[in-house]
Amino acid sequence: MQDRLLIGTRKGLFIMRTDGGGWAVDRTAFLGQPVSATLYDTRSGYLYAALDLGHFGAKLHRSDDQGETWTELNPPAYAPSDEDGAPSVKLLWVLEAGGPGQDGRLWAGTIPGGLFRSDDHGESWALNEPLWNEPDRQKWVGGGFDEPGIHSIIVDARNPERLIAGVSCGGVWLSEDDGDSWVLRADGLRSDYTPPGIAEEGAMQDPHRLIQCKGAPENYWIQHHNGIFKSTDDLKSWQEIHEMGPSTFGFALAVHPNNPQTAWFVPAIKDEYRYPVDGRFVVTRTTDGGQSADVLINGLPDADAYDLVYRHALDIDETGNRLAMGSTSGGLWVSENAGDSWTLLAERLPPVNTVAFAEFI
Amino acid sequence: MAQVFFTQHLRRLVPYEPVEVSGDTIASVLDGIFDEIPALKSYVVDDQGALRKHVCIFVDEERIDFTGSLTHPVGAESEVYIMQALSGGMRCRTGFL
Repeated sequence: MQDRLLIGTRKGLFIMRTDGGGWAVDRTAFLGQPVSATLYDTRSGYLYAALDLGHFGAKLHRSDDQGETWTELNPPAYAPSDEDGAPSVKLLWVLEAGGPGQDGRLWAGTIPGGLFRSDDHGESWALNEPLWNEPDRQKWVGGGFDEPGIHSIIVDARNPERLIAGVSCGGVWLSEDDGDSWVLRADGLRSDYTPPGIAEEGAMQDPHRLIQCKGAPENYWIQHHNGIFKSTDDLKSWQEIHEMGPSTFGFALAVHPNNPQTAWFVPAIKDEYRYPVDGRFVVTRTTDGGQSADVLINGLPDADAYDLVYRHALDIDETGNRLAMGSTSGGLWVSENAGDSWTLLAERLPPVNTVAFAEFI
Repeated sequence: MAQVFFTQHLRRLVPYEPVEVSGDTIASVLDGIFDEIPALKSYVVDDQGALRKHVCIFVDEERIDFTGSLTHPVGAESEVYIMQALSGGMRCRTGFL
């Protein structure tokens, strides 16, 4: 049972635990420091936390005792170069574990747009050169940050050498050879933030979050800058979902672990404003592949709420019944019934960057 | 040798101060410090070895502009302060969007 919540915030890491009846903060770490990504690796039992120290750069720490003590690791870094504008890691945006049989393998998505691999539990990192050198990467642009970044990394549930990366703004990239080569998989995505003639330019798409349905892995969902999209043919094409409650704009996304027809979103007024429609904080859910939407309000503030949920701040557990989300206003909610109702766990956390379920081994 | 002092935010990485380092430029002083305290390097300079934008250095009470600081001369009796700039504390968080 995934009885822990890893909550990365603007002011530290909070590890919450449930005894089956309620949730409480069990442990804290890095108080006062922004946490940009977390990963609990169920293969090794290591817990990782990436920090975004505005003055001192992106940092990476690892714990082998469930967050009680931490060791700082060398973070991913670009090779020194004499070229003008040579890159430097600005943010560790996402961490993912490799697959079964890939002991020690980790992936890190960064700003500015580098995918890094470790094969020694994060002790050392290497840039994935094939994606970095992909000619279409020159079309990538920043989304939120000045430079583009990789925020979603999927290690395919069927084959750990099949990798998918979601890039803001750079589309969806697929490798079927453990990262040796990459192809763009953005057919059907569209952008409103480019001239109409290049609205379907794949390498300029802005998926905010990309998730595979683990139990039906030919199915994927995207919460995109311009709405919601799904792929049911293993990334060959994407179909837009035009209606989803009050808005199709948002950042966060959760996909049921076994039912590819079911996904959750946290909508907001589109990009100029980015707050809940009418100040009413809701979650939307589809259970029929996007044909219809449930607007879930039970337990959520229905007025004067300006919470936004970042792209890594909504998660679903392995059962598909329990969800958790944290907001920019420091609210943290959990649902034990697939979103039908929500319980406020904390209302005064620092702004929440990441939320993830974990089961410590 | 130059004496190097650090912002409180970096003191957990620096077991003692001042750190005494020989060198006639900021770059050579930093290299000497990084040899002694390798973990400090990524906090002060970026992947390309450039001083981080929101880290500032004072040499004998003169603030050195980060764009040209690495070649700035350091005397044998200089006091060098590696500080956290007051800029950068409100770094825009919209990047997480």
